[in-house]
Amino acid sequence: MNNLKTDLSKLKNEEMILNMGPQHPSMHGVLRLELVTDGETVKECIPHIGYLHRCFEKHAEALNYQQIIPFVDRMDYISSMNNDHVFVMGVEKMLGIDQSIPKRVEYIRVLVCELNRIASHLIAIGTYGMDIGAVTPFFFCFKEREHILNLLEWASGARLLYNYIWIGGLFYDLPVGFEQRCSEFLTQFKPKMRELDELLTNNSIFISRTQNIGVLPLDVAINYGCSGPMLRGSGINYDLRRIDGYSVYPELDFEIPIGEGKMGTTGDCWDRFDVRVREISESIKIAEQCIERLTKELKRSPEFDPRAKLPKKLIPKAQEFYCRGEMPKGELGYYFIADGKSDKPFRCKARAASFSNLSVLPELAKGAMIADLIAILGSIDIVLGEVDR
Amino acid sequence: MMNEKISDLIKESFGEQAVLSTDFSGLQGIIVVQTNLIADICLLLRNHPTCYFDYLSCLSGVDLGLEKNQFAVVYHLSSITLGYQIVLKVIIDHPRDTPQLPIVPTVSQVWRTADWHEREAYDLLGIYFEGHPDLRRILCPDDWEGYALRKDYVAAESYGGLKINGEVKTNE
Repeated sequence: MNNLKTDLSKLKNEEMILNMGPQHPSMHGVLRLELVTDGETVKECIPHIGYLHRCFEKHAEALNYQQIIPFVDRMDYISSMNNDHVFVMGVEKMLGIDQSIPKRVEYIRVLVCELNRIASHLIAIGTYGMDIGAVTPFFFCFKEREHILNLLEWASGARLLYNYIWIGGLFYDLPVGFEQRCSEFLTQFKPKMRELDELLTNNSIFISRTQNIGVLPLDVAINYGCSGPMLRGSGINYDLRRIDGYSVYPELDFEIPIGEGKMGTTGDCWDRFDVRVREISESIKIAEQCIERLTKELKRSPEFDPRAKLPKKLIPKAQEFYCRGEMPKGELGYYFIADGKSDKPFRCKARAASFSNLSVLPELAKGAMIADLIAILGSIDIVLGEVDR
Repeated sequence: MMNEKISDLIKESFGEQAVLSTDFSGLQGIIVVQTNLIADICLLLRNHPTCYFDYLSCLSGVDLGLEKNQFAVVYHLSSITLGYQIVLKVIIDHPRDTPQLPIVPTVSQVWRTADWHEREAYDLLGIYFEGHPDLRRILCPDDWEGYALRKDYVAAESYGGLKINGEVKTNE
């Protein structure tokens, strides 16, 4: 079996094939890049994916909607809440119960999703620093992420793969005292973000490694289907939380950070990194607003049952629906086909954000140095569980 | 409103027979179009000022079941500029015993998103995208046999000399 796409007999004298990955920390999982290099310059980059392929879509056809949620967790395994939220939204829309979900349930969903978004961005930032050679921020980020994971573990019982958001409700209400501990965490976390800014974002070594590197023009980004910080880093104000206004996001006040080319060209690695850093502050803002509502007008009460609206019969009528939502990596979409007879989807396709984001890599890598390729790949922030599904 | 406008636009440019059927009653508007025109229709919808579908959200291949003997490719288009979504669909009749794969023209020259998505549909459903620059398997290994998401797919017993789903040994 030939593992290379490049025809070796057509290789020029000065060219060499270099294999990066699949087992290497800077590949963020199991991704293999086949590089055609000339000296230290990358002439061509061919990604080989599929090492983590589990055929989620085939599994989904054999399970009912509620049973699919744990599988969905395992797609982007560092932001499971967001995966669940989009999936559940899609099924609720198909059942026609999306308007009858209690407000408290919606606010809890948004709160845990935003906490998970912060955790996911912290990983992206921390490992990006490490890719480039700054080890300290990695520990800073992981320390804070640990607090979030503890909070989410307290609520759901699991550290990473939560299965917390259910169709029509939640697994449980938030534990008593969660709101207070969460707001304590957010208060102590805010100054830490400034510390991180000093340590990494405004660090001159970091800036010179990332400015003007891997510039992604807006038209290319749109044509390749990039989304999330990748698309916003190129300077467009496009966030599905605002565009579609799903869940309770229209009631919340938050900004959408975009890349402005502060350190060089719009759409370079620094811009994408900066968008993530600023998105963390916006997520803190959202989480604080959620906590305020959850402790005031939507206060917990003994009568409140997060499982009250769980549908007894989970059979959507025959239809097809594409549900999309914004997760930390970008646009996550599920395309369902329901046949109207069974409680299992006839087809359930997942459109993963990282999959489309990664497909632009060959374009960005052309002509880059090998060391810069690591910087570019890190700034895309892929999770291979989602790319391979 | 917009749904009808788009369907009329396709009819105007490619003739009445280009649109096979429409369904605007569901949550999203669906337009089923002629298979051989899909690439031209996509290019028109991307560039036309009434819709500007500059973003391909998702491209999925579907096996419509053994009774129907049909395959479908579904295109979820979205317009960043105008904030509108539409679903295009092509349906290909394909009896199971046909040796060739069902053929659909590629749209990867319209949106590069389609490049990897079409490779995925080829890999998992065995739909051949005519004119695709690099149609290889993407998720499964190159020497994998069969197309996993087809409804009549039978799981392989072994791969590369290794047994898949061998006997389960219990700890006694």
